[in-house]
Amino acid sequence: MSTALEFHDLTVAYHTKPVLWDVDLSVPTGRLVAIVGPNGAGKSTLMKAALDLVPLASGYVRIFGQHYEESRGRVAYVPQRESVDWDFPATVFDVVMMGRYGRLGWFRRPGRGDRNAAMEALEKVGMAEFADRQISRLSGGQQQRTFLARALVQDAELYMMDEPFAGVDAVTERAIVQLLRDLQQKGRTVVCVHHDLQTAPEYYDWLVLLNMRLVAAGPMEEVFVTENLHRTYGGRLSILEQAATSLLRGQKGARA
Amino acid sequence: MSATLVTVLCGAMLLGAVAGALGCFAVLKRHSLLGDALAHAALPGVCLAYMFGLTAGLDPRHPLLLFGGALATAWLGTVMIMGIARTTRLKYDAAIGIVLSVFFGAGIVLLTYLQKNGGAQQAGLDKFLFGQAAALSRGDVWTMAVFGAIVLGVVVLCFRPFKLVVFNAEHAGSLGLPVRRYELLLVTLIVVAVVLGLRTVGVVLIAALLVTPAAAARQWTEKLSVMVLLAALFGMAAGGLGAYLSAQSARMPTGPLIVLSATALLLVSLLLSPRRGLLWAWVRRRRNRERVRIENLLKDMWRLGEMDQRYTAPRAVSDVLAVRGAALRAIREARESRFLTQEGTQVRLTERGLERAARIVRNHRIWELYLSNRLDLADDHLHRDAEDMEHALDDEVLEQIDEALGRPAQDPHGRPIPRGVPA
Repeated sequence: MSTALEFHDLTVAYHTKPVLWDVDLSVPTGRLVAIVGPNGAGKSTLMKAALDLVPLASGYVRIFGQHYEESRGRVAYVPQRESVDWDFPATVFDVVMMGRYGRLGWFRRPGRGDRNAAMEALEKVGMAEFADRQISRLSGGQQQRTFLARALVQDAELYMMDEPFAGVDAVTERAIVQLLRDLQQKGRTVVCVHHDLQTAPEYYDWLVLLNMRLVAAGPMEEVFVTENLHRTYGGRLSILEQAATSLLRGQKGARA
Repeated sequence: MSATLVTVLCGAMLLGAVAGALGCFAVLKRHSLLGDALAHAALPGVCLAYMFGLTAGLDPRHPLLLFGGALATAWLGTVMIMGIARTTRLKYDAAIGIVLSVFFGAGIVLLTYLQKNGGAQQAGLDKFLFGQAAALSRGDVWTMAVFGAIVLGVVVLCFRPFKLVVFNAEHAGSLGLPVRRYELLLVTLIVVAVVLGLRTVGVVLIAALLVTPAAAARQWTEKLSVMVLLAALFGMAAGGLGAYLSAQSARMPTGPLIVLSATALLLVSLLLSPRRGLLWAWVRRRRNRERVRIENLLKDMWRLGEMDQRYTAPRAVSDVLAVRGAALRAIREARESRFLTQEGTQVRLTERGLERAARIVRNHRIWELYLSNRLDLADDHLHRDAEDMEHALDDEVLEQIDEALGRPAQDPHGRPIPRGVPA
């Protein structure tokens, strides 16, 4: 099985505070992957590092064996729902169309094919009847479905979703699970930041346990064991954290 | 209309359009305060350019010279704000506050010095504080026209990248859009728009011309393109009106009048716009309260009907009002909506009223049962919750609940749940 996503010796820091430390990880293609860990474990940052959205302190990322710049067309990203202002003046259809611009180009007008693709994506997430609804009038679940539709029109091979289940209703939750399975059946790889330990083994078949460093990664049944979970959630790795902080501070000082 | 007034009006309206259109992106990106900071940061640039002109033997009042100076320090201020926020632990708003006051302070020092020593009074540099559209020369307006056209052209050309960056920069970045570059371009355009307005509106108030028309336009539309267009129109109207009023009396500064005009537009928009307006919200609330009053009255009449199984029998008004102490106006409102008829002191439910009463009682009792079954609420807690929900539940949700409960016959207190209208 080939590798969809690979991190090598990845370290990410905000100012002098390290967020991720020495992460080595390879995710095989065709899996439903959950990234699980406590608050502040760097789950979202790991995802953003893969998408070249945050600067790396060291290490590198490969997607399908390439730099993100080259593999970008094969990746779709679903950021956290709270990361945008939903009072922005736009309709559901407008937002979904935004997913299309990557392949359409920034200045060309969308054609019939693009509009059809957008409607098709909206149908897949059960939002077709809300296409013309203003996004300021959506429920949390509908917002999430809109974001998912925006990713679907990108027709990617690797989907990166940051907490797709956060704050959605039960119906939406079931719909998303179904959607993830459909994607997997078509041979796509899906990586999700997931906050709920209880549902993780049910929804995913591959698990990444993260707490600033990689605790464990692999097939769900091998990794989802008490010992690993304890190592992820118990204790805050205080010595490592302090060592990392002082080291980075030294580097910054040396540069200045 | 004199030729001077035409010049002044053209300048002010042009400025309003440019600032209004750009302001939409600034407001949606939460950059409103940035506009204020960089306007203040432009003041030292104006003074320095004037001094440079004096020493270099150029015309120190040439619009392009002053314009260039303002642009330089405003841009420097912007870069400093972003740099401070990125490299230190100071937050963005603190960085804005620091840069705004330092640059403005430096500008005031230079201005005072020039007024004493450099003939700045004659040059009208003090007009840069609060703006004086009457002082606009034809050359000023031409400068504004050229740069304004460039700014608007870039906005039209880059509309889509700007939209993506403002709505969701991270997603835009994942698509491969050079987010940083477009953010910088957007900020640069804001700098240009602000500097264009210094002569007319002044450094102190120019930010309002960015924010106010955009905020007003947002009230009327849910489409970004329409919002930008409307904000440009509002800005034009405010600019034109303010400049016209200020031209009527020579001593009146233009900036405050333009800002007041724009604010009047904003107030009207906040009050009257159809979906977001406060007035309509108030009307909707009033209508809703009236509906709740009527429905409660109908429910009370149903209760009376339940006792003797004569739902459409005439009842004494006093008996009806006594059930829960309803107000007399509820009777009038229900009558006007043809839910009941009145003869003297007797009222009776119409067919329409009976239907509505049955529905509202059904809603209430099904909801009570649902709360009791599913949420294990104590019986004496059920009523008040159901009292609010019975008016709010829509038929679709209720149908789902009804089905989930297996179409029950009785509520938790043992009272029948009405199914259809009694004969």
